[in-house]
Amino acid sequence: MSGRLTRTIVFWCPDWPVVAAGQAAGHATEVPLALIDRGLVFACSAAARRDGVRRGLRVREAQYRCTGLVVAPYDPVQDSRAFEPVISRIEEITPGVQVVRPGTCAIRSRGPSRYYGGEEQAAEAVIRCLLELGIEGARIGIADGPFAAEQAARATVPGAPVHVVPPGGSPAFLAPLPIGILAGDRLATLLRRLGVHTLGEFAALDAGDVRRRFGADGAFAHEKAGGRDSRSVVPRVPPKLFDADVVFEPALDRTDQVTFGIRATADRFIETLTAARLVCTAVRVAVYTESGEVSERVWLHPRWFSPGDVVDRVRWQLQGGQAIDTGLRSGVARVHISPERMDSTAHHEQGLWGSGPDERIHHGLTRVQSMLGHEGVLTAVIGGGRLFADRQVLVPWGDRPAGDGRAEAEPWPGSLPGVAPATVFPARQPVALLQADGAPVDVDDRGLVTGEPAHFSPTGSARDYRDVEAWAGPWPVTERWWDAEHGRALHRFQLVDTDGNAWLLTLEDHRWWAEGCYD
Amino acid sequence: MNSAIDFFEEVFEHWSMSLPLPSSPPATAREQVAVLQQRISSMQATKLETKTLPTSPALAAVLPGGALRQGAAYSVEGSTTLVMALLAGPSQSGSWCGVVGLPGFGVEAAARFGIELSRLVLVPTPGEQWLTVTAALVDVLGVVVTRPPAGTSDAEAARLAARLRQRGCTLIVVGGWPQSEAVLRIDSSRWTGLGRGHGYLSGREVTVASAGRTGFDRPRRAGLWLPDAEQRFHASARPRPAIVPDLREATG
Repeated sequence: MSGRLTRTIVFWCPDWPVVAAGQAAGHATEVPLALIDRGLVFACSAAARRDGVRRGLRVREAQYRCTGLVVAPYDPVQDSRAFEPVISRIEEITPGVQVVRPGTCAIRSRGPSRYYGGEEQAAEAVIRCLLELGIEGARIGIADGPFAAEQAARATVPGAPVHVVPPGGSPAFLAPLPIGILAGDRLATLLRRLGVHTLGEFAALDAGDVRRRFGADGAFAHEKAGGRDSRSVVPRVPPKLFDADVVFEPALDRTDQVTFGIRATADRFIETLTAARLVCTAVRVAVYTESGEVSERVWLHPRWFSPGDVVDRVRWQLQGGQAIDTGLRSGVARVHISPERMDSTAHHEQGLWGSGPDERIHHGLTRVQSMLGHEGVLTAVIGGGRLFADRQVLVPWGDRPAGDGRAEAEPWPGSLPGVAPATVFPARQPVALLQADGAPVDVDDRGLVTGEPAHFSPTGSARDYRDVEAWAGPWPVTERWWDAEHGRALHRFQLVDTDGNAWLLTLEDHRWWAEGCYD
Repeated sequence: MNSAIDFFEEVFEHWSMSLPLPSSPPATAREQVAVLQQRISSMQATKLETKTLPTSPALAAVLPGGALRQGAAYSVEGSTTLVMALLAGPSQSGSWCGVVGLPGFGVEAAARFGIELSRLVLVPTPGEQWLTVTAALVDVLGVVVTRPPAGTSDAEAARLAARLRQRGCTLIVVGGWPQSEAVLRIDSSRWTGLGRGHGYLSGREVTVASAGRTGFDRPRRAGLWLPDAEQRFHASARPRPAIVPDLREATG
């Protein structure tokens, strides 16, 4: 039986999500940090744990226990990304690394223990390697099978980071452990109700009975509990790297120079992808400057990236809406391009006669976009809001609209019925509205108009006054009154002047603005 | 074109016509000229094979030929709503529309008036590259709305017109344009729904006037709901304002 078991080394970096988040945000290790997932604490640093923060607490409760707590959202992608360099470094000193989850890895013991002259020595080599990477407090467990080895790693204490369970000793080691560590909450709860509280008690049951009562999952859990974890270590296949990297020495300080410099690399980047029968539909561009600034952004593409498109995205990221020959704040030392999302070319084959007229339109619009910048060509969707400028959401060509269309369907009490203004001023325009006696029209604290509007000037200047033919209002709009920065309170009016033009006016802080014009 | 010229020559040299005339002979010379003009124009229309875009029937009365023509430029003065009314027909029938240089183009109004937003492309600030951007959009889109900057030369306009004819795109210019097929503007408008201190704007009834290309055409007018209470365009059922029949008398 034990011949089938794989002697396994598991190394475990405690609180890996916190380490990764701390690295990304640049926090020191002694900062009390908690990662929040769906309103509950998902992981916390040692400093926070000292103050009583635990996994599963509500955010408010955690902040109450530790007043200086730094709260950040939990990002699983961040975990994996930060763990990637660790795996590559470990793979350099020992082959066959399997990632159990970010922060925990399993290694087949046979090779390394022979090479380093023993299991303890191999474990020490791994710990040394992790310390070189600046990861302190890593624990190692060595046992028969990945499950027992992981439990051995968790059984260590900070003073003695390596726990070796001798060959054949796994059942005895696992026996006193509580049933709750076995995967599957429902199974653990059920077993506890049946009076089975430790792995040893569970393992003592007959395997055939367990399979009949709990099915395949139960049988597998039974094997693990008995130290007969037949899983072997499957080394990961390192994903092929398509990233492209350009280093400029000396650093370049003009956008057009950088653009020219990355052209050949962009060609190569796309060629490598095409050779692997892949197309890239989203690309991550990171620009590192001489002074240490990093600008990172993901660019989407409605179809797939061609080399020219990649060059365009880098250029837009550099110029940020300015002209091509604008000088940069600091010289660009390095540009890193990595594919964020890839797809098989088979899903993006062109039809025998091209992909229809939309392809032509896309090429034309991309040309305009490369002239004017990413935000130069827009498509529009209707979003939520009360003011017309809020309701129209402009999305650069190729990007996906942010919302899910739910905001538009909401009722938005306070929005205007009837005709929508054909012109919505992107920047509101100052106008003037006077009563018949020349005094400005205003709205008092009770929301009543101080006098009937009689004269209107669409530019605000005294020469343009014309008479008011019809008007209605005020319709108050009070938005986000709880937020001092974004909150606004205003009154809206509709008005028709003697020229036959209709206007939508707003009165905010006793000043008149035109929101739109029904021209 | 040639046969039309032959027809003219025959008429003027021999005062006889090879083509059959309407059964009842026209009473006066003036009526005869009118009938001939009508026949010539109808023959020209068939000869040139101009393609038209599906246009809102409400606007048929003010557009030469009754619809927007491909490869032609139209000029609209002082009304974005009228631009949207022109766009709505082609957009609903599947054309892509582009709007260049109108940062205040009201997207919600456009959507309510029937313009398909998924086929609408906005270039709000083309800056100095106005002509290049417009030409690039003319290449690929069906209808392009544009507001030319102040110093647009006739040569630039002519180049763009050549591109339009080649690509079969329709250009709608906000403001003046040297070679426009028709100049449309709103003559008078009457708002409904708004009182003095009550109500809200619910509809608008306008008189749209259009002048033809040469200036020799008779000006066309039409009463139009722009839009009505259900946010749709259609010809107004009310009799036109009294001033319109007077004008027709004077010009006709």
